[in-house]
Amino acid sequence: MTRVVVTVMPREGVLDPQGQAVQGALARLGFAGIHDVRLGRRIELELDGPDPEGAARQMCETLLANPLIEDFTVTVEG
Amino acid sequence: MVAVVRFPGSLDHESAVRAVQATGGFATYAWHADAELPAGTRGVVLPGGFSYGDHLRPGAIASRSPIMGAVRRHAEAGGLILGICNGFQVLCEAGLLPGVLRTNATTSFVCRQVELEVLDHDTPFTRGLGDELSIPIKNHDGAWFGDPATARIVFSYGAENPLGSVASAAGVANAQGNVLGLMPHPEEAVDRLLGSTDGLGLFDALVRA
Repeated sequence: MTRVVVTVMPREGVLDPQGQAVQGALARLGFAGIHDVRLGRRIELELDGPDPEGAARQMCETLLANPLIEDFTVTVEG
Repeated sequence: MVAVVRFPGSLDHESAVRAVQATGGFATYAWHADAELPAGTRGVVLPGGFSYGDHLRPGAIASRSPIMGAVRRHAEAGGLILGICNGFQVLCEAGLLPGVLRTNATTSFVCRQVELEVLDHDTPFTRGLGDELSIPIKNHDGAWFGDPATARIVFSYGAENPLGSVASAAGVANAQGNVLGLMPHPEEAVDRLLGSTDGLGLFDALVRA
């Protein structure tokens, strides 16, 4: 079994209202120097099969990410 | 006959059925796990709610459910499909409508009456409609994001844009005009007791299909 980690993030240039809300809250709590906060999603997959990375990429393209607004990265952790 | 598709987590399917009945039509349910729409289906409604708990992205999991193959074939055959709120999200995720619905710019649930502008009267749904409709919205992820140069924007919130949609879009259609999705809830505007009957026209179009 192989652990594959998928990270899905809002695309560059796409407004991220949740990130902005978190950024505002951090600033109100006194944290200085925050230029940007973006919220995404980490998905951990435990996969069998000969090509877990390829399978994870296919899952991203089919369901896990929406290419209109999201980018994804796939990392095999072994 | 109008088929109202139920997914796990659909909420507004009964209101959709009542709206169809209010125009003198007959409605029945289709279930998300079905492979086919009920025999005799002319119009299809994908109702509001939180299908599959809105997990991953609103409408994402429902858009890949078995019934959507039949819904896609219905669309390709020119049949009328109306997606309301979560149904709109499902149609976008399924690629039957352009764009995607994102978290509202306010990051809050917005529940109130809105005044819609009808921008496109040349679809089977909007041919008989007036220029403005008073219909409620109730959603958390209703900001349409897409390319306004290529999408067919049918309804607009006008200057107000309460959810932060691109081009203030409230509803879009496919190029042919037989698939329409909107975030506002026309099924909640079909009786004077509800403050407006402006939603009836869309259901009338489905029933007469």
